[in-house]
Amino acid sequence: MIDLKNLTIKKAHEALMKGEYTSVELATAYLEQIKKTDGDIHAYLEVYSDVLEQAQKADEKIKNGEAGMLTGIPISIKDNILIKGRIASSASKILENYTATYDATVIEKLKKESVVFVGRTNMDEFAMGGSTENSAYGPTKNPYDTERVPGGSSGGAAASVASDEALVALGSDTGGSIRQPASFCGLVGLKPTYGAVSRHGVMAMGSSLDQIGPFGKTVEDVEILFNTIKGQDKMDSTTIPDKKDKGDFVDKKFKIGVPKDFLNIGGIDESVSKNFQETLEKLKSLGHEIIDIKLPNLKYSLAVYYVIVPAEVSSNMARFDGMRFGKRISGKDGIEDYFLSRQAGLGKEVRRRIILGTYVLSSGYYDAFYNKANIVRELITEDYKKAFEKVDVIITPTTPGPAFKIGEKSGDPLKMYLEDIFTVPVNLAGVPAISIPSGFKEVDGKKLPLGIQLIAKHSGEETLFAVSKSLLGEK
Amino acid sequence: MLEIKDIEKLAKLARIELTQEEKESLLKEVDPILGYVAQLKEVVSSVGETKKAGELRNVTREDSLPNETASNTEVLVADMPESQNNYLKVKKIL
Repeated sequence: MIDLKNLTIKKAHEALMKGEYTSVELATAYLEQIKKTDGDIHAYLEVYSDVLEQAQKADEKIKNGEAGMLTGIPISIKDNILIKGRIASSASKILENYTATYDATVIEKLKKESVVFVGRTNMDEFAMGGSTENSAYGPTKNPYDTERVPGGSSGGAAASVASDEALVALGSDTGGSIRQPASFCGLVGLKPTYGAVSRHGVMAMGSSLDQIGPFGKTVEDVEILFNTIKGQDKMDSTTIPDKKDKGDFVDKKFKIGVPKDFLNIGGIDESVSKNFQETLEKLKSLGHEIIDIKLPNLKYSLAVYYVIVPAEVSSNMARFDGMRFGKRISGKDGIEDYFLSRQAGLGKEVRRRIILGTYVLSSGYYDAFYNKANIVRELITEDYKKAFEKVDVIITPTTPGPAFKIGEKSGDPLKMYLEDIFTVPVNLAGVPAISIPSGFKEVDGKKLPLGIQLIAKHSGEETLFAVSKSLLGEK
Repeated sequence: MLEIKDIEKLAKLARIELTQEEKESLLKEVDPILGYVAQLKEVVSSVGETKKAGELRNVTREDSLPNETASNTEVLVADMPESQNNYLKVKKIL
């Protein structure tokens, strides 16, 4: 029996190299776990039928001495990332049978390493949501309490790792879609610097905010995956050259900024506040310095986000019209084909954001909404720049509370949006942030994970890994 | 305040068919969101519109064929809802 619960990439890699087990045996262990738990959890929309064949190829590579760190490592992929020849639906009806025609850049990089793709994971439709309840194929359940959401939009990705149905996962993050589910499921999740990872082959939601990023049980796993998928790409003109933080981080003492004004926004669960204070104490006891900082414009983040995202959504979703690919519902003429296909194929939240985006971009309102949002976005970015002159990282809780119950917030979009208060400003500024597990809140006999978010300046991922490892006691 | 006819106009622009019920629920949901984001106007009027959003730079590539002709035809046609002789089939426009 392989101990999946405590397995990491390095441990699995060493075991594979030593021949303690094969990649086929490792993949089999995960497939058995999926059989056991995914009926309840519903992390996967599809478990690939060729998992063992992929593992066999990895085993051959290992035998021939050509293996890398990720060879034979089972990984789940969010349903909005393209793998050539496989279905990628973004959990939408309109792409139910859409087969990807090329590999995303991140997939190309993982294929070079001969990872084992276990399956595609559930999500909010086109990544719009924070609970995975907006999937056209039913919600994913939180492995810690199946009455609760796993978070979203990468809820399936988080649930797959938290329930040991994959060793690591790839998700995407536009306003918190990696960090919030990581927090709800007790995992480490990274939203890289905007442009650090190529978006070529991930379905666009908010193009100026989207980033692909990794989930894992440890900071090290997330770091290994990030280092594999990052890098400038000619297929994504917004990617940036790889700028590694310089310097030695071993035993370094960091300056950690706490934005007190922003944390007093209200609506924060008492358990989260208490846990946050305890984390600050722990950081102090580790020798790091806690510094008060001000981020005065961050309170406008959600207002900015809910102009910019619908605007970009309404543009990006225009391609789903039932013409060249995806579901087509036939009407009396070509125009009616559009109307009917989009009605039948797109879910409620997607349509709501398209309507909202169409409004804020329409003649006469563009200046009142979209331009204003971009100006305030710049103010938020400057707030971070100023803060990072004084501190190495900024710390906040990842979410205002632990995982909520399925159905609890789905009736009220504004309330659901408030879930993202700590994560959204990070995407607006394009800086990197990581969520790491920080404890639990016990509710009705169930232990619900809590998370802490660490934010660094552009290309500061190495700093995030170093502080996270110090806090979690990882070597 | 938006009215039903505004929602209808937006739905038409966005090429989405909506039922009467959906129009009404969208009206109820979209209005509070617009009310919420309206705070941006006050923020901007307090700092002035001198700020320029975003950093602009040109990204160009060689003006050449990125793919060999017809190298992706088969997979692309396979994803089409309707096709004929390697062409996308749509309804008559004129």
